[in-house]
Amino acid sequence: MDNVFLSYNNIVSAYGFDTNAAIESIKKEESGLKVFDDSKILSHPFCASMINSVKLFEAYQQLQPKERHTRLEQLLLVSLSQVIKESKLELTERVGLIISTTKGNIDVLEAQNTFPEDRAYLGELGKQIKAFFGFHNEAIVLSNACVSGVLAISVAKRFIRQGRFDHVFVVGGDLVTPFILSGFDAFQALSAEPCRPFCNTRAGINIGELGASILVTKEDTRLAPESVLILGDASSNDANHISGPSRTGEGLFKSLRLAMEEAGLTADDIDYISAHGTATQFNDEMEAIAFNRAGLQQVPMNSLKGYFGHTLGASGLVETIIGMHSLHQNVLFASKGFKALGVSEPLNIIEKTTSKKINTFLKTASGFGGCNTAAIFQKVGL
Amino acid sequence: MSTENFHIESYSQIRNQSVSLNGETIFKSAETEFNAFIKSAYKTLDTQYPKFFKMDQLSKLALIASDILLKTETDKNVALVLSNRASSLDTDRKHQASLQEQEPYASPAVFVYTLPNICLGEISIKNGLLSENSFFIFDTFNAEYLQIYAEHLLSTQKAKKVLCGWVDFDNGKYDAFLYVVAKNGIFAHSKKEINRLYKTE
Repeated sequence: MDNVFLSYNNIVSAYGFDTNAAIESIKKEESGLKVFDDSKILSHPFCASMINSVKLFEAYQQLQPKERHTRLEQLLLVSLSQVIKESKLELTERVGLIISTTKGNIDVLEAQNTFPEDRAYLGELGKQIKAFFGFHNEAIVLSNACVSGVLAISVAKRFIRQGRFDHVFVVGGDLVTPFILSGFDAFQALSAEPCRPFCNTRAGINIGELGASILVTKEDTRLAPESVLILGDASSNDANHISGPSRTGEGLFKSLRLAMEEAGLTADDIDYISAHGTATQFNDEMEAIAFNRAGLQQVPMNSLKGYFGHTLGASGLVETIIGMHSLHQNVLFASKGFKALGVSEPLNIIEKTTSKKINTFLKTASGFGGCNTAAIFQKVGL
Repeated sequence: MSTENFHIESYSQIRNQSVSLNGETIFKSAETEFNAFIKSAYKTLDTQYPKFFKMDQLSKLALIASDILLKTETDKNVALVLSNRASSLDTDRKHQASLQEQEPYASPAVFVYTLPNICLGEISIKNGLLSENSFFIFDTFNAEYLQIYAEHLLSTQKAKKVLCGWVDFDNGKYDAFLYVVAKNGIFAHSKKEINRLYKTE
């Protein structure tokens, strides 16, 4: 059976246009979240992480595009171009492309948007990315709510294991739009201040925009210094409710159990958990229950939402990339915004950024539609 | 590639005002409007899911197409791997339009359906399936990717069976083709056979 690795990666975020910019800011415990007051986006002030459009356009122009691209396409192209360049791979029929997004170019539905409405079809987005770089295969667009980013890595691994691809580029992204903000606002789920996952003062989520890319490969000659091995991954539906998590954490618990089983590991073997931690009451409580059921309550854990906000289709991807760098640098990043535990079961939330030898981490995500995904990664060459 | 052999156990289609199971029409209606058509299919086919009437059109389409295949299914480890072209755009347009009203508003009941995988949640709830879920978007029906992904889930025992297929709802037009992949079945689980069944009228 082929080993499958995560390799070269990129993050285009409020922090800057590469992974390092995000890591350096997180090390200093600086949040990318800010309060914005723009009635064209939402009728009241909101807290989010946003990418500077002027700088994004400059970076996009350097790619010398021959056609016009939407803001999300610019974001994905800028992010993915760096990873393709670093990987030095020829885009043959053995190379796949997976795009992880919840809403894609949804902003083209806005009355003032100058792109045709057809651009909102996610297949169109796939075609744009495929054509720009000259991928051989049709893009696999994955739109599975908030688990999309982690699931996309899982799907890449599965296509490689099944023998269809040797390498898969995964790119994920979503924008902060009136569409998204108004929807979460209607659920009264938005926090007016930077979010505080798992904290007893948590007051809801922040939305963030971000583009992230990674090379998933079976070749151990294509590795970055921070590369990790995918040891196990699993998804499970709660079969309970479409807009709220299961009160017993059923689907997440099952995902954790199956991912650990595939990895051949027990709770004691996990050094760090990168949780979903959206900072809503129900989500964080559900996660605490599932982690306790799986015996993972003592493992150091954080949510990175206090840095990036909830970046939807990109969240699982960017949080996995940060986890890889955590392992590589042997550092546990503080769970930004956390002060005192506000869930009914014990958890070991990382309060201060600390150095520690860590080899293995678990990434989880949960989302609308009752979906849950877990994946376990380990340093290469252990 | 895996050398194991899997088969298509059964398949369903919803198109042109009719619902069929393994190529045989089990419901037909003169109703050209989707909502009236699918509601009468729900009643005639004895689908038991009161929430049906609150769902968006994509979920209604997916629920009926899946229910005729899963009604008699006793195994609960059935993975759901669906795909389409229009994602949840039908509901997305509704949500966006409400934001552009004179008095803008957003309805949580509409917003929650602005994700294509919500229909997987509905199918999971209806059938009590705590299984693998994924929703892919393709420009047109892509039998190859579905075949490979289902084959992987089965050969790695991540699922006992896989409910695969295509459910698309866009501007009043609808097309559903779902099939169950398992160890045993009538049809070969090959790209060619999947495409042939998809095109069967």
